[in-house]
Amino acid sequence: MANNAALDDLIRDFKQKDIKAFERIYEMYSQNIHGVIYTIVRNEAIAQEVMQDVFMKAWNNAESYSPKKGRLFTWLLNIARNAAIDVTRSKKFNQSKQNLNSSFFVDILGSNDNTEQNIDLKYIKKLMSGLKETCISLLELLYFKGYTQKETSEELGIPLGTVKTNNRKCVSELRSLVLR
Amino acid sequence: MDIKKYIESGILELYVAGLLSEKENQEVHEAILAYPKIKKEVEEIENAIQHLTKASSPGNTQSFSTLKEKLSKSKNVKVIDLKETTKKRNWLTYTGWAASILLAVGLIYTYTQNTELKEQIQLTDTKNNVLEELIKDANESNSKSEELIKIFRDKDIISIALAGQAVSPDSYAKVFWNKKEQTAYIDAAGLPEPPEGKVYQVWSLKLDPLTPTSMGLLSDFASDDNKVFTLANINDSDAFGITLEPEGGSVSPNLEQLYTLGVVKSTS
Repeated sequence: MANNAALDDLIRDFKQKDIKAFERIYEMYSQNIHGVIYTIVRNEAIAQEVMQDVFMKAWNNAESYSPKKGRLFTWLLNIARNAAIDVTRSKKFNQSKQNLNSSFFVDILGSNDNTEQNIDLKYIKKLMSGLKETCISLLELLYFKGYTQKETSEELGIPLGTVKTNNRKCVSELRSLVLR
Repeated sequence: MDIKKYIESGILELYVAGLLSEKENQEVHEAILAYPKIKKEVEEIENAIQHLTKASSPGNTQSFSTLKEKLSKSKNVKVIDLKETTKKRNWLTYTGWAASILLAVGLIYTYTQNTELKEQIQLTDTKNNVLEELIKDANESNSKSEELIKIFRDKDIISIALAGQAVSPDSYAKVFWNKKEQTAYIDAAGLPEPPEGKVYQVWSLKLDPLTPTSMGLLSDFASDDNKVFTLANINDSDAFGITLEPEGGSVSPNLEQLYTLGVVKSTS
């Protein structure tokens, strides 16, 4: 990750439609955004397409972004989630009749047959296996699917007040896994 | 601010998730700017989440050049769009200015035209007045003529032609005499204009013996339009004569200056 001063400069240039700055941002976040979209649409070709749309949207609305509204990554994350969810609601997409109700991460962890999954998902499997099952669901809902605290508490059947603190614990766990 | 407690609350994790309200986002942003520790915490949370999201991607993403190509395509469209709007705006602006100038010129032109027209109306009014005067005059002269015709058509009228004499052979005149009303109308249109200081005098003549009686003067001869003069004639005239006399007239006619002379036909 770029150092902070560099990120601030990058954001400033990006808002002024500097294509070089945009390229840096793309390099920094495209894989992340692709990952988020993929967990939702579960189709690599579609995920690539949606990701490109997300970055085009980001470029076209660059001037509307402000650090006051949140992190640039969060801003992109938000665009990506909305775009991916829009796609899953489209007619064309529903014709492929994929089972999207289940948890992506739970599915990954549940499958022992690696030939069915892309080889690159090994790392996520490793990351996820280090987490508690409740954390996997919580992180998926809050960061990938953009569920609100209320929606998350309803989905997981936990009190609303514990979502925030549970999430804190889960992210802390993830941080220790990442640092390993 | 209790930084530790703030961090422990889990708000920063929600901040990275993008699940806070606009107001909360602003507050966290200010906290990040104020406390480096909070900033570091946010960055670490973000980093961890980014590991997770990145790991969720099954393969390498397309290179930026693919996106750039897409962008330049849509960009070109956009650029054209912008140009078009700019052009349109320019066109509108120019049209606006042109319209304003045209309007101003038009107003000046209209004002000038208006003034000119007003002047023309005034002139026309004056002309109208003159014409009205002329029509009035014409009507008057017409009614005079009609009156004359009426007189001449009267069955009691005797018409006597006066022939030109030695002094002025081309001269002639006519007398329309209404014996009953004792009035004579002298048509002197055939007489030349009298010289300065002279005047025509009309005479009623008895032939046997020759006795001239003055009937009157054809005064204001030059200014009289129809040259018809009305004179009283109480005489039982045998003939009429017109002589040129000094201004004011004479007691007896100057026969050397006899212009016209005519005899009343005995049949009447």
